[in-house]
Amino acid sequence: MSVAALPSVTEPARRRSAILEFCQQQPLGAASFVVIFVMMFAGIFAERVAPYNPLDIDFDNILSAPSWAHWGGTDAFGRDIFSRIIYGSRTALVIGFTSSFIGSTIGAILGVASAYFGGRIDTWIQRFVDVLLAFPIIVLALVVVAALRKFLIGGIDVNLIYAIAIPIVPRVARVVRAAALSVRTMPYVDAARAAGYSNSRIIFRHMAPNVVAPYLIMFTAFIAQAILLEASLSFLGLGVTEPTPAWGLMLSGNAADFYREAPWMILFPGAAISLAVFAFNLFGDSLRDYLDPRFKV
Amino acid sequence: MLRYTVHRVLLMFPTLIGVAVLVFFMLRVIPGDVVEVKLRGDGGNVSQETIEMERHRLGLDKPILYQFKDWMVGLVTLDLGKSMWTDRPVTEEISIRLELSLQVAIMASIVAVLIAIPLGTTAALMRGTWVDYAVRIITIGGLSIPSFWFGMLIMISLLYFFNWLPPITFTPIYVDPVANLTQLIWPALAVGYRYCAVVARMIRSSLLEVLNEDYIRTARAKGVYEKLVISRHALRNALLPAITVIGIEFAFLIGGLVVTEQVFNLNGIGMLFVQSVSRNDFTLIQAMVMMVAAFYVVINLVVDLLYAVFDPRIRYG
Repeated sequence: MSVAALPSVTEPARRRSAILEFCQQQPLGAASFVVIFVMMFAGIFAERVAPYNPLDIDFDNILSAPSWAHWGGTDAFGRDIFSRIIYGSRTALVIGFTSSFIGSTIGAILGVASAYFGGRIDTWIQRFVDVLLAFPIIVLALVVVAALRKFLIGGIDVNLIYAIAIPIVPRVARVVRAAALSVRTMPYVDAARAAGYSNSRIIFRHMAPNVVAPYLIMFTAFIAQAILLEASLSFLGLGVTEPTPAWGLMLSGNAADFYREAPWMILFPGAAISLAVFAFNLFGDSLRDYLDPRFKV
Repeated sequence: MLRYTVHRVLLMFPTLIGVAVLVFFMLRVIPGDVVEVKLRGDGGNVSQETIEMERHRLGLDKPILYQFKDWMVGLVTLDLGKSMWTDRPVTEEISIRLELSLQVAIMASIVAVLIAIPLGTTAALMRGTWVDYAVRIITIGGLSIPSFWFGMLIMISLLYFFNWLPPITFTPIYVDPVANLTQLIWPALAVGYRYCAVVARMIRSSLLEVLNEDYIRTARAKGVYEKLVISRHALRNALLPAITVIGIEFAFLIGGLVVTEQVFNLNGIGMLFVQSVSRNDFTLIQAMVMMVAAFYVVINLVVDLLYAVFDPRIRYG
């Protein structure tokens, strides 16, 4: 029996049991992942899943109540709300994933660099982080929106993604820096320095892999925040714009005039936002408990 | 303690200066300003000359560093300029709306903290039971449900069950407390849910941490009543980290108000901020950001000082 073959045999088994272990320890987390998976599926295959075109205007069916033909009812233009919610999950997930990814990654790099270099660089990065932290998330996002305006690529407003990503940066940077500070004191970092490796190699190859756990947790948690923020900005009319179907947008404008006549116009999109954010929050929470019970976002 | 206080007060200024510099240059990275929105916003055909004249009147044609100098000097002398949209002093625009927003914020925090303390404590004491799970779901719900949608749900329910909607015009509390409270309690609940959730989660986790401490075991070993162990020994220490969260979330309530005021049609700070962003009213955006940042920094200072008062290790550390 060859000893060298052993790891390759045990490795997949260990992986599978890790997923199983996660499901056993965190049933709520597993359930929330199912919700996320369904949303991703609906978002990716929206053309096949949605019963109607989300943009089709049907003046014969304005404000009709939920029925078998229109599961979520229709809005003031006769557009099918259920289909708009399905397409809206695409908007929410694309913006949520990309902005959380950009924000968390830049934040993580800043955090690790800050911890690794220490001294003056650390002080300056932390000053900068402090400044950004003095803005409430949505206020900072709105200032960026005011500064950048719209820049559409493929129907997605890139500047909106930056506006959502920027408030995430300082929050991730602070947490990752704290984790990286303890990695910094590890002998293998000294060894790498003694071996004469470049700073960037040490940061990316030696330190970054050891702060992956907090990074992943923050990344998931901030997808939830990003979706919520996108919905809020769209609700204010400063995020996604018509005719792109987006959950926050469905609640904005004159939707409030139909509290009495068509409450489904309010109920379903809001429930979609809440469910999506809830699922990501719960998943992030469970991931945190699973990966490191001591670690708190 | 005095040295610590002075040190902390001095630390506020770099942050505030950073905010002032950042917000000024961020707003001016890309050309385009309030004048375009104001004169051409409705598709009006206005000559380039008129636009240049308006720019000149607002000082937007001056070199950017000159404008920056004006902004910094204005900050030091507390003269934040006039709104580029309404021509009224920004301090006036803000102060007439501050009362309403501040009242909603204070009401929201009172409700939130009063509910959060028992909620978080119960969850920690009954860790792993269905009560803990229920609290976890309720609190994550608070982090997930958008405050504006929650506000809309409140409105729909009021309409459905009572066929009544809160009054739209603002009455100060000293004029007519009933009218005031019936109007403002709903937005306070809408923004308070999230606040309550954050605080309850913090109390739960810090209480769990404290319950593992040696002094809790000592107290129990001495035969202290469990109730006293919880209230005197555990909760007192667990509330310290919660104070930070309570403070910071209070300072950040403006974030919730930005969207919630829209739902309840309240003419407060949040609505003013959204208006000035969509109008590119730079002076007003700058002033409001400075106000929010200053508020945050001061609250942080107060929290840190409270910490030092309650925890001698920090004072002498």
